[in-house]
Amino acid sequence: MGTFLHRHRGVTPYLLLAPGILWLAIFFLIPLAFLGYESLQSGLFPNFEFTWEISNFSNGIRDYHEQFVRSFVYAGIATGACLVLAYPLVYWIAFRAGPWRNLFLLFIVAPFFVTYLVRTLAWLNILADQGPVVSILRDVHVLGPDGRLLATTFAVVSGITYNFFPFMALPLYVSLEQIDPRLLEAAKDLYASPTQAFLRVTLPLSAPGIVAGTLLTFIPAAGDFINAALLGTPGQAMIGNVIQSKFLESLDYPSAAALSFVLMGLILVALLVYARVVGSERLTG
Amino acid sequence: MNSRLTRQELLRRGALGGAFLTFPSLLAACGGGGGDAASGELKDVLNFSNWELYIDTPQTLKAAGIDALPTLEQFETESGIKVNYFEDVISNSEYFATVQGRLRQSQGIDRDIIVSTDNDRFLGEYLTNGWALKLDKDLIPNITNLIDAQASPPFDPNREYTLPWFSGMDGIAWNEELTGPITTVTQLLEDPKLKGKVGVWNSMGDTLGLVMLENGDDPASVTDESFDRALAVIQKAQDAGQIRRFYGNDYAQPLATGNLAASMAWSGDILNLGDPKVKWGIAEKGGIIWTDNMLIPLGGSVPTASTYMNFVYDPTIAAQLSLGANYISSVKGVKDEASKLNPDAAENTLAFPTDEMLSQMHQNDPTMFSNPDYEKKWLAVQGK
Repeated sequence: MGTFLHRHRGVTPYLLLAPGILWLAIFFLIPLAFLGYESLQSGLFPNFEFTWEISNFSNGIRDYHEQFVRSFVYAGIATGACLVLAYPLVYWIAFRAGPWRNLFLLFIVAPFFVTYLVRTLAWLNILADQGPVVSILRDVHVLGPDGRLLATTFAVVSGITYNFFPFMALPLYVSLEQIDPRLLEAAKDLYASPTQAFLRVTLPLSAPGIVAGTLLTFIPAAGDFINAALLGTPGQAMIGNVIQSKFLESLDYPSAAALSFVLMGLILVALLVYARVVGSERLTG
Repeated sequence: MNSRLTRQELLRRGALGGAFLTFPSLLAACGGGGGDAASGELKDVLNFSNWELYIDTPQTLKAAGIDALPTLEQFETESGIKVNYFEDVISNSEYFATVQGRLRQSQGIDRDIIVSTDNDRFLGEYLTNGWALKLDKDLIPNITNLIDAQASPPFDPNREYTLPWFSGMDGIAWNEELTGPITTVTQLLEDPKLKGKVGVWNSMGDTLGLVMLENGDDPASVTDESFDRALAVIQKAQDAGQIRRFYGNDYAQPLATGNLAASMAWSGDILNLGDPKVKWGIAEKGGIIWTDNMLIPLGGSVPTASTYMNFVYDPTIAAQLSLGANYISSVKGVKDEASKLNPDAAENTLAFPTDEMLSQMHQNDPTMFSNPDYEKKWLAVQGK
C-alpha cells in the first residue's frame, strides 16, 4: 500500500474524497433519483406507474402555493428573529464572558439534548391558555380576556425560532470568537467610535457566521412541520405538513415527491438570490 | 437489487438481535428470509403490535378491583409462548407508512399480530393488497364466541383474516369547569361560548360520521351529497374559528388543562384520563362505533397468532381484558364473566354499554375511506 501510494501520489486526494462521495451517492443522490422517479409516477397506492406525470408538479404548485408562501414567510421571520436574538448573546459570550464562555455555550446547547418533539411539546405547556405567559399578558391587557397564544401564527413562528436557535448561535459564535481583539483596539486608536468599530470591523468579520447561521436556520425551517402541527391550526399549515399528509394519510407518494422537489427547487432559488445579494465568497466563508 | 436486499436483511437481523429476542426466533428469521416461510410453524415467541393503554396491566386491574394476573402472563404460562408486546401503533397511518415498504416487497415485518381500525382506510389496504394472512380457524375454536354484530363486516365478510380486538364509541367530551354539558354536534360547532376551544378529530370517518348523524344523514351509506353537507359544516366551524385544531389521539390532555373546553372524544380515552372534571357523553343524534381488528401480517406465524386469538376469545379472558382497558369486547357472554370478576366493575358502561347506548351507535361506510376525492377534500379543510 505504501509503495502504491508513493508511486501514484495523484491518487491520494481521490482516496480521501472517496468516503464522502460514497456517502453522498448512497444517502443523497440515489434516494434523490428515486424521489425524482417517484414524482413522475401516476396511479393509486400501491400500483404507481412511471408515466412522466409532470402534472404532479403543476398541480402541487397550483393547490399548495399558499402553504409554500407561508413556509417561506415563517422561515424568514424565524431566521430574522434568531439572528436578532442570537447576535447580542453570542457577542457577549465571545467578548465578555471570559473563562465562562464554554459554560454559557453549554447553556445554549443544553436544551437540545432533549428530543425535538418533546421540546416542542413543552411549548404547549408554556403557552397554554391557563398557563403563566397567557395570564400575565391578559393581566397587562396585551391579550384580550379570551386571547390566546397557542394555535396562532405567533406560536408556530416562536416554536421554529426556538428550535433552530442553536443553528444560528453556534456559527455566529465561531466567527465572532475568531476576531482578533487587537483589530478593535486598532480601530479605537484610529478614532473610531464603538458603533463605527462594530459596523466596520466586527460586523463584516462576523459575516460568514451570519451567512452560515442564516442558511442552517432557514433551510430546515422552511421544510419544518412539527411546529405547525403541534402549535398551529389549519390556518398555519406549512408545506411540510402537506407533504407529510400526502405521504401518511393520502398515500399519494408521487404528489408528495413532487412537492418535495418543488420545495427543494425553491430553496435553491432563494439560496442563489441570497448568494447574489451577500456575495458568494461569504457563503463559503 | 441484490445488495439492497442484503442490506435490509442485515438491518433486520441487527434489529432482531437488539430487541433481545430469543434464540429460536432469531434462527427462524435467518432461515425465513422474511417471507411467508415462517407462517406455517408454531413458534415459541409472539410479536404483537398494539396501541398504547389498550390491554390489562397490573395497575389497571388493581384500579378495576380485579385480583388476577394480567392476561399476557396467563397466556405465557398456559401456552409456553413468550409474548413480545409492542405498544408501537401511534396512529393507523403512521404504522402503515412504517411497514408498507416491506409488505410491498412481500417481506415480513417481524410481527405476528398487528391491529388496525376499521374507521380508517388502512385496514382495507392490508386486506385488498394481500398483506394479511388467513387465520387458522381450527386453532380458534373460541371464534364461536364472536358476537353476531361483528360476524361479517364489509371488509372481511367471513372473518377469514381479522378478529376484533376492542371497539369504542365516538362521543363528545367537555371540561366541566369551562362549560355545561355539550350534548349535540351543532352545539359543539356553533356555541359562541366555545369559540376557539373546540377539538375535532383529524380522522375523517369519526368527525364526519358524527356530523352526518347530526345532519340526519346515514354515515353507513355515504353519498357525495351527504359527504359535502357534512364537510361544509366542518368548514364553516373552521372558518369561524370555532375549531382550535384537528387532533389525533392527543385531545385528552388539552381538555384537562383547559386549552379545549369541549372536543369530539373516544369513549375509553376520557375514562383512562381519570380526570373527574372531564365528562363524556354520546351526542343526541347518536355516535359511531369503531373496531380495532387483529390481523396477521405477511411473514407472521399463523399458528402462533391463531393460538393467541383463541386465548383472548375465551369469555373470562375477554372480560378481564375489557375491564383492564375500558373498551368494548366483541366476545359473547363477556358481561356475565365480568360480574364474576368484580360485580361493580361490570357496571362500567364504557366497557359494557347498555343496549340503549348500542342502539345509538352507527358504523362508518368503508367505501368512504378509499375515495381519493373525499380524502383530498378532507385534508383541504385541514389546510393540507
